[in-house]
Amino acid sequence: MDSDIRELYQQVILDHHRHPRNFGELDSPDGRAEGFNPLCGDRVNVELKFDAEGRMEHVAFTGQGCAICTASASLMTECLTGKTRAEGEALVEDFRDLVTGTRDAEPGDAEERLGKLAIFAGVREFPVRVKCATLPWHTFHAALASESGRVSTE
Amino acid sequence: MTTTQLPGLLPELEVIRADFPILERTLAGGLPLVYLDSANTSQKPQAVIRAVDGFYREHNANVSRAVHALGSEATEAYEGARGLVAGLLGAKDPREVVFVRGATEAINLVAQSYARPRLSPGDEILVTWMEHHSNLVPWQLVAEQTGARVRGIPMDDRGVLDLHAYEKMLGRRTRVVAVGHVSNALGTVNPVARIAELAHAAGAAVVVDGAQSAAHVPVSVQELGADFYAISGHKAFAPMGTGALWGRLALLEEMPPWMGGGDMIRSVSFEGSTWADVPAKFEAGTPNAGGVVALGAAIDWMSAIGLDRIREHEEDLLRYGTAALADVPGLRLIGTAPDKVAILSFVLEGVHPHDVGTILDREGIAVRTGHHCAQPVMEHFGVPATTRASLSVYNTREDLDALVAGLQHVRQLFG
Repeated sequence: MDSDIRELYQQVILDHHRHPRNFGELDSPDGRAEGFNPLCGDRVNVELKFDAEGRMEHVAFTGQGCAICTASASLMTECLTGKTRAEGEALVEDFRDLVTGTRDAEPGDAEERLGKLAIFAGVREFPVRVKCATLPWHTFHAALASESGRVSTE
Repeated sequence: MTTTQLPGLLPELEVIRADFPILERTLAGGLPLVYLDSANTSQKPQAVIRAVDGFYREHNANVSRAVHALGSEATEAYEGARGLVAGLLGAKDPREVVFVRGATEAINLVAQSYARPRLSPGDEILVTWMEHHSNLVPWQLVAEQTGARVRGIPMDDRGVLDLHAYEKMLGRRTRVVAVGHVSNALGTVNPVARIAELAHAAGAAVVVDGAQSAAHVPVSVQELGADFYAISGHKAFAPMGTGALWGRLALLEEMPPWMGGGDMIRSVSFEGSTWADVPAKFEAGTPNAGGVVALGAAIDWMSAIGLDRIREHEEDLLRYGTAALADVPGLRLIGTAPDKVAILSFVLEGVHPHDVGTILDREGIAVRTGHHCAQPVMEHFGVPATTRASLSVYNTREDLDALVAGLQHVRQLFG
């Protein structure tokens, strides 16, 4: 097996694929969206709830997808918990830059913000899989925009 | 090139493989290509590549429009290919062959030109559950336009059509029965002759999607009892953007043109126009003449081997592959009909087909992953997607060994 494959399917990714965190639905979410990749049939629903201070106290997902998509969704929900809307939006940008390979050119504290999400850097070697990794993030972005439980499709 | 006899396979297999330049290329890291995606598109033999090249080098001119020498040569080659398609499908008359861009266009033509004027609200179009979207969506469109209804003919868990259910669905409102000769997602070879017999008894026309059959099973439209038969050139060793619709002459003659333009008319004035005879009536605009000539070359190439022998070779691969995949832990075949072509669609427990596809790709193995443009099939089997290895005459048992080894690596990684 080649090294790119091992880089892509790291243990952390495989672990989140097998045991996704925050998998399920929320009671009366503040935002909700459904993401669908018609090319491969991957489906992700993201729900979120804000606390009184405007921080996301819960981000959860359901759906069906490949290891990259599921692990991305799972790690995303962990990383977004406790963040504000603006921080969440910034992370969407950082993540997209990371997996499309545009991040290297850009200095700043993106690396620090990304934290353990950095393991998705291997995706850039597999351009056809970038959409698998970004689908949960696009869906989260749509969920933020949906606000009051209104479903919007990516 | 030496000819080596491989057990149970075509004696000239190495010669056949050597006809395909792409099979000689290597991928990143010097890996040989193991091409198992022929149901998606077939690779092209030298004869086909040369035919395209030869057309544009030597004979390029617009067909049926020019009095000069090149025009006659191009027209002759183009019409020659029509005769070859008629021969391939066992058609009585080359005029029954209409050149189109592919099977999708052929089916849309039938839906719009044959079915649409004949459909009234409440009429029914029967389509099987295993159809490719290209033999489903055109019917949904025409149903929307006319108030007709599309109904699905069910299948069992092997991917075999339920003919009893089908027989009960047929009635006086049935106008069209649309069926794939071979399922792209499951490999099932459908009993088209029986389906057609029952449809005709009910007064319905039979439209057969032959996209997956032309390169793999002998076809006789007469024996099948079809009214229309659609083929796709690119799945049968010919260039993309080529295909043909075969239709019964009497039906084609009754049908109005589908597209208007050059070369499909008898006379045109501002008061109105009259149409050319079939098949020109359905071939508006400049066709993909070079591609069509190469489609003829592809048919010659297939005929030289013989569809019977191609089928035999692929049956051997199917048996071998089915047995080999049974040894992969957690693998479930999707599509286990007794009558199948060499399509192995499967799911691997705990691993999404996309991940399977990526890992196999890094070993040089090209398979298709996804819903194969057959979402109702995926729904029936309760899976979002499958991995599909689809074989052709140029494949070997070693290709299947490589697939199984690749799947063992997937298992190692995913546990």
